[in-house]
Amino acid sequence: MSFNSHLDTLYRQVIMDHYKNPRNRGVLEGEHVDINMNNPTCGDRIHLTLKVEDGKIVDAKFEGEGCSISMSSASMMTEAIKGKTIEEALKLSTIFSDMMQGKDYDDSIDLGDIEALQGVSKFPARIKCATLAWKAMEKGLHGQQG
Amino acid sequence: MNVKELRQLFPILDQQVNGKPLVYLDSAATSQKPLPVIEAIDNYYRQYNSNVHRGVHTLGTKATDAYEGARDKVRRFIGAASTEEIIFTRGTTTAINLVAASYGRAHVREGDEIVITYMEHHSNIIPWQQVAKQTGATLKYIPLQPDGTIRLEDVEQTVTPNTKIVAVMHVSNVLGTINPVKEIARIAHKHGAVVVVDGAQSTPHMKVNVQDIDCDFYAFSGHKMCGPTGIGVLYGKKRLLEQMEPVEFGGEMIDFVGLYESTWKELPWKFEGGTPIIAGAIGLGAAIDFLEQVGLDHIAEHEHRLAQYALEQLATIEGLTIYGPKERAGLVTFNIEDVHPHDVATVLDAEGIAVRAGHHCAQPLMKWLNVTATARASFYLYNTEEEIDALVSALKKTKEYFSYVF
Repeated sequence: MSFNSHLDTLYRQVIMDHYKNPRNRGVLEGEHVDINMNNPTCGDRIHLTLKVEDGKIVDAKFEGEGCSISMSSASMMTEAIKGKTIEEALKLSTIFSDMMQGKDYDDSIDLGDIEALQGVSKFPARIKCATLAWKAMEKGLHGQQG
Repeated sequence: MNVKELRQLFPILDQQVNGKPLVYLDSAATSQKPLPVIEAIDNYYRQYNSNVHRGVHTLGTKATDAYEGARDKVRRFIGAASTEEIIFTRGTTTAINLVAASYGRAHVREGDEIVITYMEHHSNIIPWQQVAKQTGATLKYIPLQPDGTIRLEDVEQTVTPNTKIVAVMHVSNVLGTINPVKEIARIAHKHGAVVVVDGAQSTPHMKVNVQDIDCDFYAFSGHKMCGPTGIGVLYGKKRLLEQMEPVEFGGEMIDFVGLYESTWKELPWKFEGGTPIIAGAIGLGAAIDFLEQVGLDHIAEHEHRLAQYALEQLATIEGLTIYGPKERAGLVTFNIEDVHPHDVATVLDAEGIAVRAGHHCAQPLMKWLNVTATARASFYLYNTEEEIDALVSALKKTKEYFSYVF
């Protein structure tokens, strides 16, 4: 049942699936990149851990608290960047940022589930929720670049 | 005036949001502005915009009269003895910071205590954290009861002869708790401490008399009481304000300026460096006239009825938790099981209903409540029972919507 089609553009089924069943939840052990980030205006928080080997993200996990949009975005992001090089992950982040701002984005890369977050751009108050995990990833990876 | 007539004075309320009639339930964040306030500001800029306290010309005199006239309206409104005790500031935050920076740093020493409560807004926490850090004083918290109220015996326990400042909010912006500030002031004074009251959530909604409370400082904001943003008030007892040094220096606040030394104007102007917030003060004066015309007792009664009705109706929603005591000011903070408050606020917005979601600038209180965020519906003189019905019905839909998508 649905009472509002405007809302359906935001709360897509796949987003709710990631919210309910987050992928890569937890904290990596051993040597890893560790990033904590808050959204001070709303209290959302993410703890992201990334394992980087030879310029490649071999594993990623997250923990945190927040709304469906911020947590599903974190879940999707960890899935998407695993196995990617630092450059590829940062490129993906740029594409995501463009998508959030409603700009034309590079569609040559298959975004998979992330595509479902496109509707967030129609809800300006929620864009920061969606970008929190991505900002954390950028912060962590910028420290890794030579 | 009945609510229907009152609403006609608030042009902003007559609009559709996302295709639904706007239901504005976020007045604790900022209130809407009635026509008399909008017109007073418009009138000032159209007819007598001028700087105050300096021009010999006619417009300057008119502007000064209106600005100082607003100060006297504030004095009367909160029952202060003299306009010397009324300082215009940018808002509650600036007012509390002024007390902390001036009175706090001058009177608090290492080993002293500053006492606040777990329910304070960040603006009544951080200024005191800073004073404690700078002076080596200890910051102590009065604990809360499970229902979000303060017991006087806990105040008695926390305040000691080492306590120099007790800072407490009059009404909680999250719990709606109305704190016994008069009794707290009595206990603090017994130990020689001064009392700073954050009146941001009380002044717009109930009769406040600073002499009756016998607080030493009282701070509030214009924009939460039908006035414009950017104007607020610090009330302080004359005896204390006289001893205090200004925190901002420059034009307007001086008596005599030499090459190496200067002296200050008398109260209240020594605390109002720079061109003051003239239009803001005039707007606040108009807001006070408006609130007095409606009647503060009438407003308090109306909001009490709305809050009790909201508590009753929200209790019918399964899985909804309400925070704070039953006897409360006109706001209700809540969470719905398994739906994050941001998601609640987004779904409500799609229904035209404006509520606040987040930590409400009270992170220590959120920690005490053991939540990261909550949703809050807050009421004012223009809200109706029908709007609460709309809220309840939209919350029921929210629950259904999220159980569907799950």
